[in-house]
Amino acid sequence: MTNSIGEISECDYLFVIGSNTTETHPIISLQMRKAVSRGAKLVVVDPRKTEIAELADVHVPLRPGANIPLLNTMCNVIIAEGLYDKEFVANRTEGFEELKLAVENFTPENYTGIIGVPAETIREIARGYAKAGSAAIFYTMGITQHTSGTNNVLAVANLAMLTGQIGKPSSGVNPLRGQNNVQGACDMGALPNVFPGYQGVAVPENVEKFTKAWGVPQSAKAGLTVGEMMDAAHHGDMKAMYILGENPMLSDPDITHVQQALENLEFLVVQDIFLTETAMLADVVLPGASFAEKDGTFSNTERRVQRVRKAIEPLAGKADWEVISEVLTALGYPHEYGSASEIFDEAARVTPQYAGISYARLEEKGLQWPCPNTEHPGTIYLHDGKFSRGLGKFTGVDFEPPAELPDEEYPFVLNTGRRLYHYHTGTMTRRTKGLNTIYSEESIEINPADACKLGISDGELVKVSSRRGSISVKAQVTDMIQQGMVFTSFHFAEAPVNFLTNSARDSICKIPELKVAAVKVEKVS
Amino acid sequence: MADNVTLTINGRKVTVQAGITVLEAAQQNGIDIPTFCHDPELSKPGACRICVVEIKGWRNLPPSCVTAVTEGMEVETESEAVVEARRTILDLLLANHPQDCMTCQKFGDCRLADYAYRYGLRKTTFIGEQTNVPVDESSAVITRDVNKCILCGKCVRVCAEIVGRNVVDFVSRGFTTIVSPALEMGLGEKEAGCVNCGSCVAVCPVGALTEKNMQGIARPWEVEKVKTTCPYCGCGCNFDLNVKDGKVVGVTSNPTSAVNGRHLCVKGRFGYDFIHSSDRLTLPLIKKGGKDGDFVEVSWDEAIRYVASRLKEIKEENGSEAMGILSSARCTNEENYLMNKLARVALGTNNIDHCARL
Repeated sequence: MTNSIGEISECDYLFVIGSNTTETHPIISLQMRKAVSRGAKLVVVDPRKTEIAELADVHVPLRPGANIPLLNTMCNVIIAEGLYDKEFVANRTEGFEELKLAVENFTPENYTGIIGVPAETIREIARGYAKAGSAAIFYTMGITQHTSGTNNVLAVANLAMLTGQIGKPSSGVNPLRGQNNVQGACDMGALPNVFPGYQGVAVPENVEKFTKAWGVPQSAKAGLTVGEMMDAAHHGDMKAMYILGENPMLSDPDITHVQQALENLEFLVVQDIFLTETAMLADVVLPGASFAEKDGTFSNTERRVQRVRKAIEPLAGKADWEVISEVLTALGYPHEYGSASEIFDEAARVTPQYAGISYARLEEKGLQWPCPNTEHPGTIYLHDGKFSRGLGKFTGVDFEPPAELPDEEYPFVLNTGRRLYHYHTGTMTRRTKGLNTIYSEESIEINPADACKLGISDGELVKVSSRRGSISVKAQVTDMIQQGMVFTSFHFAEAPVNFLTNSARDSICKIPELKVAAVKVEKVS
Repeated sequence: MADNVTLTINGRKVTVQAGITVLEAAQQNGIDIPTFCHDPELSKPGACRICVVEIKGWRNLPPSCVTAVTEGMEVETESEAVVEARRTILDLLLANHPQDCMTCQKFGDCRLADYAYRYGLRKTTFIGEQTNVPVDESSAVITRDVNKCILCGKCVRVCAEIVGRNVVDFVSRGFTTIVSPALEMGLGEKEAGCVNCGSCVAVCPVGALTEKNMQGIARPWEVEKVKTTCPYCGCGCNFDLNVKDGKVVGVTSNPTSAVNGRHLCVKGRFGYDFIHSSDRLTLPLIKKGGKDGDFVEVSWDEAIRYVASRLKEIKEENGSEAMGILSSARCTNEENYLMNKLARVALGTNNIDHCARL
């Protein structure tokens, strides 16, 4: 997030696109409600009539994959009507002419059919967003999990920069991170193209810096992303993998492919707190420690680094950081730490955003990065006065439909996501009595008109198939979902929807298109 | 300064910001005034009257939570008249409150009991009918005992004003008034619309709303509270893990939490059973007899030696690019940093990623 969670309630115009906020980020949704009760406008763009969509002043039931048409048409309206922030565009950005050209043909009338709402609605939200005192965009995987994911994000950035709705309080671009420490895992360099602190591996000075810091020559060649690793394992190029606290056998697209890939490895280590579907395929399983069993830090979606405190002894005797240190040492690279804070201090020395952070400073409220020195109070919102790269760069992006569209054989668009009561592959929540009692079984949402056509009634078991596999799951007949679309979560091993999803990836950031796959739904007689 | 006013509380001159309440002025100066219905985050109904004070020149005893400070005000917070009023209020509350404190989950952390103790009210003097409604166990996570409710309305307001759901409200009139979901449904009934966030539990001053999982497990004084960060979504909520005898027995709100204050979602507040799940892995496993073999429990030493030797062999045979690491958005920064070193330092590859895209 460029803004902070605490700024949301002061926001005048909330533009929520591809985020089922009340279910996936309940506490952030409370701040959004607060803003609404203060009189803020709420616009929700989501193919489904989610709870936050019901709360909205305007709900745009976008056709799946039509993000760029919507965002570009909004830019088109804002430029055509002269509503853009001329001063901001002139002083803070570059590439305006490129954007202007790119959105020239994106008139609301041209794209109303693809977007699925009247041209006037697009004009209304474009004007509202541009004119608002403070406007913030919130998105999650509804924007990113597409083959056009990177371009979708660029289109979001275009809209914010065009109107100067970024770099000030309660105005900005706010991806809501979905996992407790996904922000921190990225910050700490668990990515193939950057060292800790987003320092690119392709930059010679960075290679030199880390070669010196770690005493081992570093490679300037970007590594493989998770999907590419699976492909490499499938081809036999990847021989060994070490997987910590992840369960790709439920969470990754096209599970059949994932399984073949993992089975093809010569050696697989899985470190987890449970014998997950993925751990079952391992050669060695190392017991992990839960968050209650270790010291450390998590960085949340607003870049706030906060303490994780050990409440009980690790059930298996070791915290994960101890296990990894021991593996490093056994591999001939001695890593002996007396405590988690020593590791943090080492990381802070090579991670500029964390340079001023230490456990002592995190005690009460944590600190929001960037925090470049020990006197720095942390950063509430980003891009104040200047973007990280200097000038904000407009990038014209064009509409490309999703990789797999419905056809005669597979007439439905499958969309996947989360439920309030569960989390990811359910390893934690499915083992929690209260949660599993309240939401004990998964179902797939289908529109009443479609259900009627197929003769399916609410609660009936259906077979859902894509080109990659089939699952059986109960139907939930609801007008929450638009016609021609079905939705379910990936939490339940009994209904492993990722057997169906498409592993087609965005060409730049390699995110899989988990939000659009073509499926058919059949009655199980 | 025009923005400040000076008043006297219990004979002590204090200067506070104009516009605040007498209650806030007292709290800022370390003077404790009892409250039931007051909550700094919620609207102020001034309903329960337990916070009444005596103000010189005023005819009645005003509730301090809704009385603004004025210049020269002389306030007594524990005068004879105030104490008498509070005793009467407590007496009336106890008249319709079960005397089953011994088995009450709130025992030791109950405002009604605390104030009865403070004002020496052993039992009620008003003997008569009491509310007798079955305990609502319909929710999987919250136990709702209407008989213990003192009608302070904080649950009603937190659900309406913060959570935005209006699941519960006052129902009926007079003696039969209770706080309930619509049509007197159970809290756990789907149509009640409760999302089980437990913010009502966090604000309940008595034992009317309590965590189901914690019933009979631990007394407040037996529990060590460890503030930590939630392991679920990216909001970064903080809460207190409640620990007894080396086991996590519950989660309670910690009001100092930067992001969420006392509010949590159902996963944060009630999603911790997995920690002590019977199928937690406690010993390393090595698959013996090839890919189709069985897992055999081994010592940590053996497992780590084996992992290191196999990784070394494969690296030597196939090179660094044949190695891949998937780190975890579930693990700490420190662990992710070490996984990054495992890839880049020990295995010599940038083939490291995690579940950010999933």
